[in-house]
Amino acid sequence: MIRFDNVTKRYPDGTVAVDSLDLTAETGKITVFVGPSGCGKTTSLRMINRMIEPTQGSIWLDDRDTSTIATHELRRRIGYVIQHAGLFPHRTIVDNVATVPLLLGTDRKKARSDAMDLLERVGLDRGFAKRYPAQLSGGQQQRVGVARALAADPPVMLMDEPFSAVDPVVREQLQDEFLRLQDDLGKTIVFVTHDIDEAIKLGDRIAVLRVGGHLAQLATPADLLARPADAFVAGFVGRDRGYRALGFSEGHELPHHEEPTVRMGETAPAASEAAEWLLAVDGEAHPQGWINVEQTAGREVTEELLYRGGTLATQGGSLRAALDACLSSPSGRGVVVDENHRLLGSAQLDEVVQLIKSEPGPAGADGDTGTGTGTQGTSGATAAVLQKGPA
Amino acid sequence: MATGGPRMIGNVITWLNDPSHWRGTGTTDGIVTQLERHISYVGIALLIAMLIAVPLGLLIGHTGRGGSAVSLANAIRSIPSIGLLILLVVIISPHFHGRTQAGFIIPTEIVLMLLAVPPILAGTYAGVENVDPAVRDAAYGMGMKGGQVLLKVELPNSLPLVISGVRSAALQLIATATIASFVPLGGLGRFIYDGLAQRDFPQMIGGGVLVALLALLVDLLLAAIQRILVSPGVSGRFSKRADRRRGAAGEADSRVAAVDEAGVTV
Repeated sequence: MIRFDNVTKRYPDGTVAVDSLDLTAETGKITVFVGPSGCGKTTSLRMINRMIEPTQGSIWLDDRDTSTIATHELRRRIGYVIQHAGLFPHRTIVDNVATVPLLLGTDRKKARSDAMDLLERVGLDRGFAKRYPAQLSGGQQQRVGVARALAADPPVMLMDEPFSAVDPVVREQLQDEFLRLQDDLGKTIVFVTHDIDEAIKLGDRIAVLRVGGHLAQLATPADLLARPADAFVAGFVGRDRGYRALGFSEGHELPHHEEPTVRMGETAPAASEAAEWLLAVDGEAHPQGWINVEQTAGREVTEELLYRGGTLATQGGSLRAALDACLSSPSGRGVVVDENHRLLGSAQLDEVVQLIKSEPGPAGADGDTGTGTGTQGTSGATAAVLQKGPA
Repeated sequence: MATGGPRMIGNVITWLNDPSHWRGTGTTDGIVTQLERHISYVGIALLIAMLIAVPLGLLIGHTGRGGSAVSLANAIRSIPSIGLLILLVVIISPHFHGRTQAGFIIPTEIVLMLLAVPPILAGTYAGVENVDPAVRDAAYGMGMKGGQVLLKVELPNSLPLVISGVRSAALQLIATATIASFVPLGGLGRFIYDGLAQRDFPQMIGGGVLVALLALLVDLLLAAIQRILVSPGVSGRFSKRADRRRGAAGEADSRVAAVDEAGVTV
């Protein structure tokens, strides 16, 4: 647990970066600090490992005041991941990862072999170990950054916009893997981002900060979307929040109807025998894409003919995914799959809308957010992960 | 005169090829001896300069304080070397009597050292200052102490600039150490000054050629040392083998990304 107790940071020129912050980041959870530039989110994060010293107030790590711990000792117990990874250019990847264990006096051989295991954990091949940071892509470097922060198995991790310098595809991959890793590790994590979508996807709880270092709201993602505390938070949470909130509404039994399919490699039926759009599946009933029967009649169904614009809704997944599956499908029928990504059938848009209507009030605003508190981040992630199939 | 150029080159080669010029004669010291002296003047000055400038540069770069010392040191370079040398000889040599050459060697070494400090200091300072702030931030964030950050992170990453400062200092010293012969000391400058005085141009030019060759050799030597000392991660000299593997892995990575992307849609 990390607790901010009336923490203020005032610079000598009078600028107040953080103003009387009271906040608790719960053990084993991801707490996201989000806000516009200049809101003091990074300053707050850096005060935890005393990269910046607070002017007033104290920060507690469980039951110890961090100001009573020598800075280097404190920092070695706290994993630290920064935006551009900040890997040591002169050290190989494996030695970068082993940095903190070596500082703590672990012998080199053990530190290195542990580092190798960690590389695999963060999704890097062992072949990377002997390379240097300059030989890696931004996304790979960031994975190494995460591995380095985890190396001494610290209970607490601080992550300062770790994924914001990589392209969107890689960012999403890193976020998903990060959540999977956190499911295993259960670290107490404070995560800074300026991206509200990232905050909603990753956070168990989100602290929205406003310029001048005031805490505007601390809430679960669902709560934040459903009940922004004031106009600033509402503005910051932004558009589409009704739609995004559907991402937290899960576990519904999606109505679905049998959907005619054609197997990849088979011959597409004549236009008269089928509806305009026909779903193509592979040998194991994994949906592959839609074909337009009028254009493909009589031809063999191949990759090139497929229209891949539609997303998948997973049975038991979020209403957001279900709605999106309907909206993105060229046939207007949303493809519903089971947890193994096998085709169950298709759902109509108005059926999904009916389900949404049956939700009490705006999603999550029915006062039962308490039940979601512990799992929001994880389940949000599940929704995101489940939209993707294994290929 | 038309044949003067080629003949002069021939004469210089003849001078350089004469074994007696290398061994020396009973009355004059040969190239070998003067080369040794030259190297020792340069070596001592360079070593002292490094002992002063590298720690100072590291400290200034690490603390970010005292940057003006770097500019000040640079200003010293503009003092004419021969003028300073004569001034120091006038001040220092009366304190030494008898057969010792210390009265000339000390002023020479001081002049050379003053020339060598600025490039090494500037290189070291710039090297530390240029370390990526994110890297320094990470180093502290990992729990390194100030000294560890300096020695384990800032120094290894600033080495290319430190060494290039040393290289440029070495070149300048090798050229300037010829002035040791202006006060009655040896070194390769001996041939230049004597050749000039005796209108023995092959000897004068031969001396100049030797200085240039020495500079070239020393620079090559320092370049080799640089290759050994600087991490491939900093110099960008990765082994070919690793690069090939990297290419393969890079493709694999993008395949994963592509597959992931494809998995999103149907």
